[in-house]
Amino acid sequence: MNFDDSPEEARYRATVRTWIAANAPDMGGLSADEQRNWHPAHKAIARQWQAAKADAGYACISWPKAWGGAGGTAIEEAIFNQEEVRAGVQFTYFMTGLHMLLPALMEHNEDDLSLARIPPAVRGEEIWCQLFSEPASGSDSAGIRSQAVRDGDNWVVNGQKVWNSGAQIADYGMLVARTDADLPKHKGLTAFWVDMKTPGLQVRPIKVMSGEAELNEVFLDNVHIPDTQRVGAVNGGWKVVISTLMNERAALGSGTGLSWRDVMRLAAQTPAWEGSAIDDPAFREWLADYYVNVEAIRLLSFRTLTSLSRGEAPGPASSAGKLLWSNKTQEMASEAVDLQGHFGLLDGSDDALLHGAFQHRFLWAPGLRLGGGTDEIMKNIIAERVLGLPADIRVDKDVPFREIPHGR
Amino acid sequence: MNFDYSDEQKALKDQARRFLSAESPLSAARAVLENPATGYDSALWKKIGEQGWCGAAIPEVYGGHEFGYVELCALAEELGRALAPVPFASSVYQFAESLLHCGSEAQKHALLPQIASGALIGTLAFTEGPGVLTAERIETKYENGTLHGTKIPVSDGGIAQRAVVLARDDNGPGLYLVDLEGGGVSRRTLSSIDPTRGTASITFDGAPAEPLGKAQDGLAQLARIHDRAAILLAFEQIGGADRALEMARDYALERYAFGRQIGSFQAIKHKLADVFVKNEVARANAYYGAWALGSNAAQLPVAAAAARVAASQAFWFASKENIQTHGGIGFTWEADCHLFYRRARHLGLVIGSPRDWKRRLTTALQRQLAAEQAQGIAA
Repeated sequence: MNFDDSPEEARYRATVRTWIAANAPDMGGLSADEQRNWHPAHKAIARQWQAAKADAGYACISWPKAWGGAGGTAIEEAIFNQEEVRAGVQFTYFMTGLHMLLPALMEHNEDDLSLARIPPAVRGEEIWCQLFSEPASGSDSAGIRSQAVRDGDNWVVNGQKVWNSGAQIADYGMLVARTDADLPKHKGLTAFWVDMKTPGLQVRPIKVMSGEAELNEVFLDNVHIPDTQRVGAVNGGWKVVISTLMNERAALGSGTGLSWRDVMRLAAQTPAWEGSAIDDPAFREWLADYYVNVEAIRLLSFRTLTSLSRGEAPGPASSAGKLLWSNKTQEMASEAVDLQGHFGLLDGSDDALLHGAFQHRFLWAPGLRLGGGTDEIMKNIIAERVLGLPADIRVDKDVPFREIPHGR
Repeated sequence: MNFDYSDEQKALKDQARRFLSAESPLSAARAVLENPATGYDSALWKKIGEQGWCGAAIPEVYGGHEFGYVELCALAEELGRALAPVPFASSVYQFAESLLHCGSEAQKHALLPQIASGALIGTLAFTEGPGVLTAERIETKYENGTLHGTKIPVSDGGIAQRAVVLARDDNGPGLYLVDLEGGGVSRRTLSSIDPTRGTASITFDGAPAEPLGKAQDGLAQLARIHDRAAILLAFEQIGGADRALEMARDYALERYAFGRQIGSFQAIKHKLADVFVKNEVARANAYYGAWALGSNAAQLPVAAAAARVAASQAFWFASKENIQTHGGIGFTWEADCHLFYRRARHLGLVIGSPRDWKRRLTTALQRQLAAEQAQGIAA
């Protein structure tokens, strides 16, 4: 057990810290709005930073050199991510492509056309999005109803996708569609990669409860996709889905941008009946509870790293981290807003404390518990794959997909 | 960076688990429950002494084996799993740590070898009544080389031969070393929630005693000792919490209702997933504590309080939901569920309640934040 850097790790950290300090973009010139995800000014800086990293060999550190990576270790990549967070220059635009979709593409396809997509993605020139979920296929992720029908050298795809983060700015997407409805549901799916400018593909933003519109629905109306853009085998799409999920390392180095320190500082500045809120025993007890949970998230990410450094896949136990992170973020936002009393209602960037960061998390938090696997799915994964409890009784197993009952 | 036991530590842990499943089945804890006057399983204690576990973290120069603190944590986890009815926590986490961190060289040389071999049972006597312990509430006095007053409750106080006692003299609270088998000591064993770890009151009426090491602020010394004990106790707690979860899981697989295994109902699955997550939170914080303890890291006070809070909550939750998963049978005297429920509360209170430790944790975090700000460290 050792929570310090090894001498090698410490050397690497010092090197990348120096490099980041010398090369990191200046975020100071941006307004509070411009510093929000998806703002064009924010995205432009993210792209510039990604290209600078690629030039210096810090993009996709753990990928093999043949894929355009640096051939480094998972630990080095994690150290770099930590230092990016520390310097305030971590961006999420490229994560879906670089952490989930492209590794799966490379695992299943070896043709030049597919591989040509890699270098521009590594440099941040091309952004990818995931086109998996559908209105009738959320937690039931194999319940996909979009259809792909073979037509000569092409596939013609019709249907609807939803919750597609970043589809509004993405250049490419990875899409899963049903290619055989006579097979059971996991067996009749096929994956494709698709240019988001393909005729018939329409992206519409979804305004979520926080007022933002970075999630989308994507309509597919006779979208022609060449068979050369198929990923993996016909009816082998579920394997591709599994590959993307295995590559999911979003938990690594992810944060809310707010920590227990911010809540403690807030409490120290907030007047209470006696002194400031930080002296309130109820707050102090809450903070201790919150701390042990968020500290566990930080420490459990070290366990994931330990597994990766040994060449082992992070196990289903890492679902605990996702469950904790989303729930504790919601709890923290709720507590921080409450601490401010009536004033906590204000969320405008000019009036609210910290430009409304806590209120923003408060309105975003319900989505954290839904996206990337709901609380309930995470608990099923833990119960079934960690504890070995029986799977739910399934009425849709081994039944041709077209015979599975469905609602509207 | 390495979030795991080493191969050697795993081998030690496996060996301890094999030893304890043979020598300390749950029937051993139950035997003490049925006959609380025994206070502990003396045959098991002797065998544990022979294994050398009591000296796992005691330096060789004081007769220990000096394996290390992470090794001691691994053993604590296994003792916790087994609900071993022995005075290991009092002797090793509290008494030996008191000597190691506050004792004089002469005191260490005189007593630590006997603790290391398992020949001596020691304890730490600090409480005098309900609620929070403050300097003003310590009534036990040290005068002219003798102790006067009553400590209640004292963990393993009925069977210990030596104690470190929190008492006051004219300068304030201090720690004193006393021979419980000498004159001026009377004891009474007490009934408690967890009879498998005995407890007693000890009255001193002129018992000869000596200051432990140099006279210092006794409450500050106690806090340092308890920081160390908190981490070791956290490992007993996660061992117990893991076993309670396994019991619940096994029962959920074996018990049928409505024509199916009860473990196939999401009401049970999600409950046990919640138990798992709390155990993971406890384990993560305890591992960090083990590292802080083994390396004497500056983060020790924060890590200790976090480990104690998380592990106390996890064992409580696992032990109560284990009973709930078992249904009515889990509420019977005959089922083993209540042994875990009892032990969880014993471990959760033995060096102060989770509420006290949350208070300590927030105070330690405030101090850490102030230090970071003073050094200009970005969060």
